[in-house]
Amino acid sequence: MTRLIAALALMLTAIAANAEEVTTYMLDNGMEVVVIEDNRAPVVVHMLWYKVGSADEPEGASGVAHFLEHLMFKGTDILEPGEFSEVVAANGGSDNAFTSYDYTAYFQRVAADRLELMMQMESNRMNNLVIDPAEVEPERQVVIEERNQRTENNPNALAGEQFRAAQFQNHRYGIPIIGWRHEIDDLSIADLQNFYDLYYSPNNTVLVVAGDVDPDEVLELARTYYGVIPAEPQLPERLRPEEPPQRAERRLTYVDPRVSQPYLIRSYLAPERDAGAQEEAAALVYLAELLGGSSFTSDLGQALQFDTQMAVYTNASYGGSSLDDTTFSFVVVPTDGVALSEAEAAMDQVIANFMNAEIDPARMDSLRTQLRASEVYALDDTAGLARRYGAALTQGLTVADVQAWPDILQAVTVDDIKSVAEKVLNREQAVTGWVVANQEEAR
Amino acid sequence: MPRILTAIFLAFIASIARAEIDIKEVTSDGGINAWVVEEPSIPFVALEIRFRGGANLDLPGKRGATNLMMGLLEEGSGEMSAQEFQTAREALAASYRFRAFDDTLSISAQFLTENKDDALALLRQALVEPTFAQTALDRVRAQVLSGIASDEKDPDTIARAVFDAAAFGDHPYGTAIDGTVESVNALTREDMIAAHRNALVRERLYVSVVGDVTVDQVGPMLDALLGDLPAEGAPLQPDVGFGLGGGVTVVDYDTPQSVALFGHSGMKRDDEDFFAAFIINHVLGAGGFESRLMMEVRQKRGLTYGIGTALVPKFHAEMMIGQVASSNETIADAIAVTRDEWRRMAEEGMSAEELASAKTYLTGEYPLRFDGNSEIARIMVGMQMIDLPPSYVVDRNDFIDAVTLDDINRVAAELLQPDALHFVVVGKPQGLESTN
Repeated sequence: MTRLIAALALMLTAIAANAEEVTTYMLDNGMEVVVIEDNRAPVVVHMLWYKVGSADEPEGASGVAHFLEHLMFKGTDILEPGEFSEVVAANGGSDNAFTSYDYTAYFQRVAADRLELMMQMESNRMNNLVIDPAEVEPERQVVIEERNQRTENNPNALAGEQFRAAQFQNHRYGIPIIGWRHEIDDLSIADLQNFYDLYYSPNNTVLVVAGDVDPDEVLELARTYYGVIPAEPQLPERLRPEEPPQRAERRLTYVDPRVSQPYLIRSYLAPERDAGAQEEAAALVYLAELLGGSSFTSDLGQALQFDTQMAVYTNASYGGSSLDDTTFSFVVVPTDGVALSEAEAAMDQVIANFMNAEIDPARMDSLRTQLRASEVYALDDTAGLARRYGAALTQGLTVADVQAWPDILQAVTVDDIKSVAEKVLNREQAVTGWVVANQEEAR
Repeated sequence: MPRILTAIFLAFIASIARAEIDIKEVTSDGGINAWVVEEPSIPFVALEIRFRGGANLDLPGKRGATNLMMGLLEEGSGEMSAQEFQTAREALAASYRFRAFDDTLSISAQFLTENKDDALALLRQALVEPTFAQTALDRVRAQVLSGIASDEKDPDTIARAVFDAAAFGDHPYGTAIDGTVESVNALTREDMIAAHRNALVRERLYVSVVGDVTVDQVGPMLDALLGDLPAEGAPLQPDVGFGLGGGVTVVDYDTPQSVALFGHSGMKRDDEDFFAAFIINHVLGAGGFESRLMMEVRQKRGLTYGIGTALVPKFHAEMMIGQVASSNETIADAIAVTRDEWRRMAEEGMSAEELASAKTYLTGEYPLRFDGNSEIARIMVGMQMIDLPPSYVVDRNDFIDAVTLDDINRVAAELLQPDALHFVVVGKPQGLESTN
């Protein structure tokens, strides 16, 4: 059986040579351009990524990055409020945007021959946004309703917000992307304008164009529309407050009658993928899979969902894409009648057993195969590839890092995994959160 | 100044691309029909399978059986336990997804060209030889019960349950496919066998295959995969009318933002006016930022983060529904504006300009959907289920373009009934009370 899988892995190595076709350029004003060719359908995805997110916000102005993202769909010197999206729709396309801790990105998906129009409008709103108080106030209510919908109405999201705030003692990853409610209420026109003026500049962007395009033509268009925008000389170096050594585990209980059943989350501070040094992150990808990837074959799934049936759900996850330190997390939802303390003890026993046991080589082979195959499946989703490059390049990685990642994943050994587990699964750097409907469930 | 860009760029729209996919129809020796698109550029295959009938086929008193049965297909089959099955699947890096909906069972698979035979053999085992072991049944039952518990505290799902029960009563559409705590707890292994026997049958099968595979390979492949399923299944459900009249139902729930689900009866997919209704729905509430409801409720008034509407032509009933969430203090305003917009469209229809831009969007957006093997496979199987021919991919934009303003205004007056709208509101809404 093992030998058969090894043969399979070799075949898959050949497949991976068939990777996405990527061309990169740097404009004179500091804008990076990434072109991903996929000629299967006459479609293009045009994405502009700003290297600024909620974790770059000034203190006391949480939510400004996200609020500004909303306002980017309002007017500019030549576009009426709403006209940007109207033109995209009139051309049969769709558009939207998203804000994260490390980036803010705007994208349109249109017929490939409409790319120039998208660049014309997107480049226009990089420097010419009109922040009109008459537009800001209704939009503030929209943002508050968004926060209501995503967070205030959702006990799991509220719990997550509390746990994250405890996980990060100094870094702004501890503050929600959408912002604290009281700070959204108080964001001023000046907060928005200053953030826009400083960060919305070509030398703070990555342009990703993916689909049925010719890279040279994309470069030419990018020069025409984006290349003429001057760089922002005041753009600060991207240095954020780092985490101090974390010396004490934090334990929280979030009580909310809207919680349907008790569960627990354990998160640990963990290293992220760094440029030229992605090996630890790669080992953490395997660690998450081995401990809690599949309900059927991971250690937590086997022990808690099959052997003892103490849990209805278990999971381990690792978010390696991050500019600064990230987290490695576990979730356990106990079976009816199993106390959280019992479930937590059982989870910790699984982790302890993992540290003391050999890692099954067959599972390593299977994971390597799945990771290889995921690269093949990823080629079917051009927009997904565009997001992969955009996120990486705004989170401190290079195109070379993105392309090296699959091979780095393949090279991970059981020793790498054990040593990173030893380092990361340290309770002093951890938050353990219980989520319950009432105090009686917190046992 | 402002509208210049729009004017310029509306001008060069003329030739929107048509979907350029080459659909081949195949009938296997065993009589299984499939639509195939050969796409050899990436070494994998996307396979979509549907069975009409779905969770509607639950037998009386066995609500949740079909859903639980589908959850068990990946939990042991042939000689393999759940864990052995998943270990084999993971080693092949294949993905299978088994899901139940009210009218349909859905199976989605992706596998590498190299592993095609093994991946299909394993999938066949799951579909044809599930074991429904008691231990697996109990474990997955606990997961379903956990989901039901969660639904009971989720405002969106509460709204849906109340709305469906009031609209469809005793018809299966009136209850959630997950079943109730009571019905799920009572399900047995025999119920799983019956649900499988009743629903996974060849007479109600639809298949599409896209990727690194040739048309010649597909027939034998499908006979091997599905040929051993029984030919005929349990009778389908009868049609049911939309039984909910106009009004408001408030469900008290302590949460800061109220959720409203609203709707009335709709239109059949094969109605000759369906495209007019489709465009009306788009302009009223389905067209994202450009829709009238988004403009009036979100952009102008800041009453919500999102509002949307949908035409829902099910197999046995039709409705037009929408959803909006707004703070408890403002939900009444959001509902009032929604009702007004409903009335305005019903009474005044839309302008020629609105119709033109809706057509431009809808015809421009359509070919962009066909941008991946998995996506194309999903679209094709959906077309087959509603009896559309492969040529629809080419002709569909002509159907949109053929709709006239007169059609729109006539159909809007028939379809949209502001007084028949019923709003189910979950939260602590201010200034709203249940009617009746």
